[in-house]
Amino acid sequence: MRYEAPKTLEQAIALLSGANGQARVLAGGTDVLIQLRSGRADPQLLVDIKAIPEMRAVVADSGGYRIGAAVTCMELIENEVFARDWPGVVDGVKLIGSVQVKGRATLGGNLCNASPAADGVPALIAAGALVCIAGPLGRREAPVEDFVLGPGRTSLGNGELVAAIQLPRRAPHSGDAYLRFTPRTEMDIAVVGAAVYLTLDGKGVCRSARVGLGAVAARALLVPAAAAALIGTTVDEAALERLAAAASAACRPIDDKRGTKQFRVKVAGVMARRAAAIAIERARRQG
Amino acid sequence: MSATLKYQEKELKLVGTRPLRPDGVDKVTGRARFGADYNLPGQLIGKVLRSPHALARIKSIDTSAALALPGVKAVVTRDDFAEMPDEMAAVGELMINFRDVTRNMMAREKVLYDGHPLAAVAATGESVARAALALIKVEYEVLPHAIDVVEAMKPGAPLLHEHQYTQGVKPKPDRPSNVAKRLEFGHGDIAAGFRQAEVIVEREFNTKPVHQGYIEPQACLASYSADGQAELWTSTQGHFVFRAQCAKVLQMDVSKIRVTPTEIGGGFGGKNNIYNEALAIALSRKSGHPVKMVMTREEVFSSTGPTSGANVKVKLGCTRDGKITAAEAELNFQAGAFPGSSVNQASMCAFTRYDLANVRIVGHDVTVNRPKVAAYRAPGAPIAVFGVESVIDEMAKKLGIDPIEFRLRNAAKEGTQTYYGPKLGPIGYIQTLEAARAHPHYRAPLGPNQGRGVATGFWFNIGNETTCSLNLQEDGTLTLMLGTIDVAGGSRASMAMMVAEELGIEFDRVRPFVGDTASLGFNFLTAGSRGTFASGMASVIAARQVIEKLRQRVAKIREVPLEAVAWKDGHARPVDATVAQFAPMSLPEIARMAGKTGGTIAGHAEINAQGAGPGFGTHIVDVEVDKETGAVKILRYTVVQDVGKAIHPAYVEGQLQGGAVQGIGWALNEEYVYGEDGVLQNPGFLDYRIPVASDLPFIDTVIVEVPNPNHPYGVRGCGEVPIIAPMAAIANAIENAIGLRLCEQPLSPPRVLKAIDEAAAARR
Repeated sequence: MRYEAPKTLEQAIALLSGANGQARVLAGGTDVLIQLRSGRADPQLLVDIKAIPEMRAVVADSGGYRIGAAVTCMELIENEVFARDWPGVVDGVKLIGSVQVKGRATLGGNLCNASPAADGVPALIAAGALVCIAGPLGRREAPVEDFVLGPGRTSLGNGELVAAIQLPRRAPHSGDAYLRFTPRTEMDIAVVGAAVYLTLDGKGVCRSARVGLGAVAARALLVPAAAAALIGTTVDEAALERLAAAASAACRPIDDKRGTKQFRVKVAGVMARRAAAIAIERARRQG
Repeated sequence: MSATLKYQEKELKLVGTRPLRPDGVDKVTGRARFGADYNLPGQLIGKVLRSPHALARIKSIDTSAALALPGVKAVVTRDDFAEMPDEMAAVGELMINFRDVTRNMMAREKVLYDGHPLAAVAATGESVARAALALIKVEYEVLPHAIDVVEAMKPGAPLLHEHQYTQGVKPKPDRPSNVAKRLEFGHGDIAAGFRQAEVIVEREFNTKPVHQGYIEPQACLASYSADGQAELWTSTQGHFVFRAQCAKVLQMDVSKIRVTPTEIGGGFGGKNNIYNEALAIALSRKSGHPVKMVMTREEVFSSTGPTSGANVKVKLGCTRDGKITAAEAELNFQAGAFPGSSVNQASMCAFTRYDLANVRIVGHDVTVNRPKVAAYRAPGAPIAVFGVESVIDEMAKKLGIDPIEFRLRNAAKEGTQTYYGPKLGPIGYIQTLEAARAHPHYRAPLGPNQGRGVATGFWFNIGNETTCSLNLQEDGTLTLMLGTIDVAGGSRASMAMMVAEELGIEFDRVRPFVGDTASLGFNFLTAGSRGTFASGMASVIAARQVIEKLRQRVAKIREVPLEAVAWKDGHARPVDATVAQFAPMSLPEIARMAGKTGGTIAGHAEINAQGAGPGFGTHIVDVEVDKETGAVKILRYTVVQDVGKAIHPAYVEGQLQGGAVQGIGWALNEEYVYGEDGVLQNPGFLDYRIPVASDLPFIDTVIVEVPNPNHPYGVRGCGEVPIIAPMAAIANAIENAIGLRLCEQPLSPPRVLKAIDEAAAARR
């Protein structure tokens, strides 16, 4: 196996393009190294993107943020300005492994690993984040909810890689939150994850909302029906109950060692309702 | 020598204090060497090919392509190991049969579980070894398998062993069965007992196998010399027992194998048995190189002993005023692929916290297509007690009696006749119940969806074969060579404390360490909570021998009669000025002169320690149930336990806390998950969920000290009792919180939520 650490995005693209699909991108390595050790991955080439400056930066960009694909979770958590704007995204990032793992792991890697249970992803979907993709044919952008196709599969073409994740400008009177259910308090994988991003008007009526769910289908989902349950309401108990019902109805889970279908469907609603309650608190507090 | 030293109450200077453990600095700085830290020049890496099937006949194994791979130096299969006849041996509390040991180490006729070893290779590196495994061709005839214990017991179930006829049934059955053994315990008249009962509670419980969950995977390094000697470094709870097992299966003289135990990263009964050790020696013998073998976590889960899953039925009869009249249980235990579960111990522990006239227990040891079970901390007892203490709690509630009061009305005490044999000696069960009832925890207010549970545990504790050497060095310090493994609980510190107490010197004048198998005579495993009891007794004997020799030397030097020399506070002093007057001599003074007064001074003990004192504990737990998700949060936990005497209270507290934490994990989330195909689905710590620190509150402890009369410092042993009660205590607390009695372990969120939803649906 060959290891390369290119200094520019162009070099990285060239390396990936020339590897006939036998290359893996290495950011923090917290998924890739485990797959290598267990024999689940056996690439001929590892392209380490940590030496590419733009991959390592969090850039405030016209009110939003551009998070380089190799920015570690701890760097993001400790970025106070970002954490103040997107606390729900940070809720998810904080749940990716231990502090040590988060010192290596990246949000970009969490997305590209394409696990349906990835903790970083539902809040990105709720936030309306875009994936900035670079490849031999140039750059393109895709909504996060369209990027992952299924377990371990993304829409990246040959030679393409994720350069950054773009978060929009946070709207006034808005808040986001992510909650997951795990049997353990940490060092665990989501059985269900739910993220809510909502915006209030001056009277406390919800004017827009997005709801993302994780671990309840082959990939994390954007659930417009759940968001619709909130829009036009003051996010009262009745709206929250409708949100929960819509979230549960959107689930297409499987029975597996981590949870039953029945459990996931019910708890998805519970998590969505509780996440919305936190999001509205944040929206009211943040003004 | 078969030894007991009686308890003597005396003023203590060191015993009962909390000095730093001698292995502590090395462990926190990373200098301590565990199994995988040992290496030799020219070593090869050994890897094991394992069965992907739950049950299959092996038609052929072709290793030729693997052997032809450059870098592969040796391959071993069943053909490299001798057939073993039936021959039983003790490992900890459990028994093994060498016929099975050799088959578990390397499959012969059949593979019996997902993960069963079929072949092992030694190669110049791990990647070569892995590539070689992929080149080994195995032809299987896959057979239907049996995973569930109740299913496996049925006539017509897929059979693991054609030669296995249920023992303990007369006349001998005419057909083989997965039920390896039926056993029965009891006394009194069970039918009469139930006739006297005014209230009867009967429940059925099911538990899953759980793993010991030690953090350090099995790891060993073997080196076989051209003249037929083997050296082995391994992470073990009993290097002498590992030596014996290796010698047997490799047909070597015991004295030709030297085992050096490494520091151990947890064992809990799971490192009582050999797995890779004999394979490593065989590969080293065949290749002429040292061979190192380190298990992956997946291998640890799929192929090393968990404890049994079980089906348990409990029936209890009681008078309205709270006197138990009859206690009955059926315990059906999974043994894994070979017989030998802990159903025997579980049976004896099930009701032995109560003074009962009428008891009957039937147990079954059942082979199923899972890894062979190994001991796990108080083997079997938590499983039986989950059922029994749940039923005790339900009975107390039905009778309207406080659960501690109900237990006190039926509590075992000194003189209680057990239903398995002995009468109990002085024990502290009642004291633990009273201390629990008096604890502020028992009266603290509870919030909504919160509940409190109580449960109790009993464990025998054991003594057994133990040796040690105490050498006085020329500067007056001492080295204490122990033969029992310090299984990371800090027992080395306790033994050094007892020696220093006897000699009247400072703790750090005694350096304890664990000797290899060539340096001491045979020691049984560190199992059965015997370490500090048995090795402590041996250490005290050795210390008293040293004192005797010190007095003799001083009598000689000072020219006074031996009777005139007393040993006090680290000095030889006149017993009494009227008998003789002489200048006292310190330990260093005597040590410096030892060479000229008869040679070096040492004490030895070679004993079979007798008189282990049973241990009892009472646990209180508060939980909060999230009724929308089924999640159970442990809010508060208090362990009350009679330990006889806490030599080093901090390490005793550590045992009480650690046992409770393992029990909490067992109760809430831990389980082996198998698919329809008989393949283990969660062989890793991500999906096999032991608790993490943030899952737990501080575990409070109350040490009760009712001295064991058969130990010089009153030690009972304390490591196993604390894992027995948690499962039942938590189930009782959940019942108290939400009014639902849960009988299926683990009490995981999906199970709890299902019970809540079903109860709500039933109410509608």
